[in-house]
Amino acid sequence: MGTLQLTPRIITLFIGIALVLVGLWVGQNVNLLPVDASVNAPLYDQLFKVLFSIGTTLFIGIVGMVVYSLMRFRRRSGTVTEGAAVEGNLPLEILWTAIPAVVVLFVGIYSFDIYDRMGGMVPMHDHSMAGMETMHEPEASGPGQKTWAGISSVSVEGQPPVAAVPIEVTAMQFAFIFRYPEADIISGELHVPAGQPVSLRMTANDVIHAFWVPEFRLKQDIIPGQPTLLSFTATRPGSYPIVCAELCGAYHGGMRSTVIVEPPEEFANWVAKNSPVKATPASATLIS
Amino acid sequence: MTLSTPSNLADTQEHLRWQRYFGFSTDHKVIGLQYLVCGFLFYFIGGALAGALRTELLTPISDFMPREVYNEVLTMHGTIMIFLWIVPVVNGAFGNYLIPFYVGARDMAYPRLNAVAFWMIPPAGLLLISSYFLGGASQSGWTAYPPLSLSTAATGQVIWILSVLLLGGSSIFGAINFVATVLKMRRPGLKMMQLPMYCWAMLGTSILVLLSTPVLAGTLVLLSFDIVAHTGFFNPAMGGNAVVYQHLFWFYSHPAVYIMVLPAFGLVSEILPVHARKPLFGYTTMVYSIMAIVFLGLIVWAHHMFTSGTPPWMRLFFTIATSFIAVPTGIKFFNWLATLWGGSISLNTAVMFSCGFIVNFVFGGITGVALAQVPFDIHVHDTYFVVGHFHYIVYGGTVFVIFASMYHWYPKVVGRMLNEPLGQLHFWLTFIGLNLCFAPQHWLGLNGMPRRVAEYDPQFQFINQLSSAGALLMAVSTLPFLINVIWSAYRGAVAGDNPWNALTPEWLTSSPPPEHNWHGEAPLVHEPYGYGLKSPAAS
Ligand code: HEM
Ligand SMILES: [Cu+2]
Ligand SMILES: [Cu+2]
Repeated sequence: MGTLQLTPRIITLFIGIALVLVGLWVGQNVNLLPVDASVNAPLYDQLFKVLFSIGTTLFIGIVGMVVYSLMRFRRRSGTVTEGAAVEGNLPLEILWTAIPAVVVLFVGIYSFDIYDRMGGMVPMHDHSMAGMETMHEPEASGPGQKTWAGISSVSVEGQPPVAAVPIEVTAMQFAFIFRYPEADIISGELHVPAGQPVSLRMTANDVIHAFWVPEFRLKQDIIPGQPTLLSFTATRPGSYPIVCAELCGAYHGGMRSTVIVEPPEEFANWVAKNSPVKATPASATLIS
Repeated sequence: MTLSTPSNLADTQEHLRWQRYFGFSTDHKVIGLQYLVCGFLFYFIGGALAGALRTELLTPISDFMPREVYNEVLTMHGTIMIFLWIVPVVNGAFGNYLIPFYVGARDMAYPRLNAVAFWMIPPAGLLLISSYFLGGASQSGWTAYPPLSLSTAATGQVIWILSVLLLGGSSIFGAINFVATVLKMRRPGLKMMQLPMYCWAMLGTSILVLLSTPVLAGTLVLLSFDIVAHTGFFNPAMGGNAVVYQHLFWFYSHPAVYIMVLPAFGLVSEILPVHARKPLFGYTTMVYSIMAIVFLGLIVWAHHMFTSGTPPWMRLFFTIATSFIAVPTGIKFFNWLATLWGGSISLNTAVMFSCGFIVNFVFGGITGVALAQVPFDIHVHDTYFVVGHFHYIVYGGTVFVIFASMYHWYPKVVGRMLNEPLGQLHFWLTFIGLNLCFAPQHWLGLNGMPRRVAEYDPQFQFINQLSSAGALLMAVSTLPFLINVIWSAYRGAVAGDNPWNALTPEWLTSSPPPEHNWHGEAPLVHEPYGYGLKSPAAS
């Protein structure tokens, strides 16, 4: 009798383990993301895999239960039978309150950790003033100059932090304009050095836009009246689309640009070629 | 009790006279059907607009309609589907039809207010559509974010605001009525914890409506001042703040998603026990989880604003609050699964659509919890991933429940059964169409396609065409449904009073019910889900 009572439990256990394995396998092996080209992209992908695994396990499990119930407990047409008059089961209900609570708690803590590693909890520094080396808190630049959080940069792990390349982004219907204050370059494309943090200070002229680079897994709204900051470190040389992600008018779908990630030397060449400012100390920091 | 008094034919005929449905009737059943038919008309308009959007998106370039028109169509689609289809139908239509039965009343608490609430909807809808012909409809999306909403199509935007204000007012009047009816109109002897679950769902929903809709109304009035009187509440160029609008807007519009889905939870809780011949599992935890969702639903709004320059602490708070909504929501789903488990389930169309709802909603809930995580959302916010998420929830969830409810209650309302094979065809076409249309959109979002665009990167063309094919299937799926509804009204099998052998009070009267709901006294149903406990007749 003992084994008879245990059997359904053991089966359930096995099904549970199998589901988790399937979930893990799918999460690890099914790639739904574009290439990763910034320091926080691999972190994002790590989070994505975990969420994808948990989601797959839960989804298959629940769908499996629905389909199984419908087949197993199906009433043959013509018969009139009643089901078991079970109105509830407190331990069971506590169990399925606890399971989602634990899962959600785990997901929350894990994603907080990822967010922290992406630099989300680092206080924002606004080094918007052209050529200024000193960093100051947003408040320090006065109420009119208040900048709004985006996400801060993270340096490449294992490397000492380097000063970020400041770039000013202006968004308007229907284009992005990038200005390199230190080198005094204005460009329609964003050039950034690989492996070095970049800090965007973004303002909008007319309506809300959003700066999104899918390969960087980063997005920040650009809001008229309140400059926003976004910092990142690109890793993989190449060119990637910059997409406006906030409905901004008729040509919103066409509001795109390109970010070109270059090895530091090539970036330095680009700066030198385009800058009217010749080798000032300020532009030297760009290249370092 | 004498429930099976033979129905008075003359009374029934009088009750069904079609002219009543075009007038100012105060009968809750007439009003419910008015909401339903009106809602379906707008659903077809909104669906045609969606078809236009999906046609434009067949190619990466903007070639089917001018870009401005695309944005108008997009705005109209969203506004119509939310404010003129989902909210009025899942609240107004089923709420008005069912709640008086469930509390054992002959009508709603304020029948005249009820009629007023309904009659605000057709003019509001016509007003909204008329804006297209009066210099162009609003182009700023259903969210109407300033400054865009201040700088495009002023007339259209003001008409949009007026229309949404009317619809919000209608929704508030309806909510007052539901709260009063559930709390005050119960038949003597009927306790709150004996009410069918849909009453609790409507109570929770109405609380959300009453707490949040006035905020939207106030916000839209300020927005209209900005447009008409050139005030600067939300206009940064005049010292206003565009992000404050987003907070106020989402303070309504996140609860609004629960206003769209809680009633659906309630309806499913009525449908499943009947066809599984089992009591609703965990009644008490269901009630508490509805109330928990109501409470949590009020404090999660900023998860729509993770990229709006939101400071880190706020991002974290709203991540945690949003994630925790999954707990009471999860309880409800496990309870439905437990209701099915061990049942004697009839696999009819109502059950198929209800189970389709469970599957789709679980999918949308999982992507929802992912979206609640700031680092995850920063990448996919305002992309097709979000479009996929909420269509799984709103279409795969609520619309599926509306269809389940059609198959379940049609016999009561019309007195004839809907045709089953046509119903199954309808279900499978809808289910496959939905998944084909919206599953690929998650991939689009992850890989770089923003939402609300008329043109896109050519690498996304094939997946967009798949999605459009799914949309076409969904459009086709309404044909068997429409044919069924019309054909069955004349030729369907006669239903009898209680074809499902259900225990809830609306079935304990004739089909269709007489003008005052019961021929005699209202029945007292202590055990609306007492399947297997006692025979249906004894109550
Ligand atoms: C498990 C519960 C849910 C969670 C955790 C959740 C989470 C979210 C999050 C975080 C977003 C914002 C995504 C973004 O814009 O970046 C979102 C968007 C949305 N959700 Fe959900 N959601 C849930 C259930 C629902 C339900 C029940 C509905 C409606 C019935 C719904 C409808 C929507 C809509 C309409 C949007 C998009 C609004 C817009 O931007 O136009 N969601 N959801
Ligand atoms: Cu845009
Ligand atoms: Cu929300």
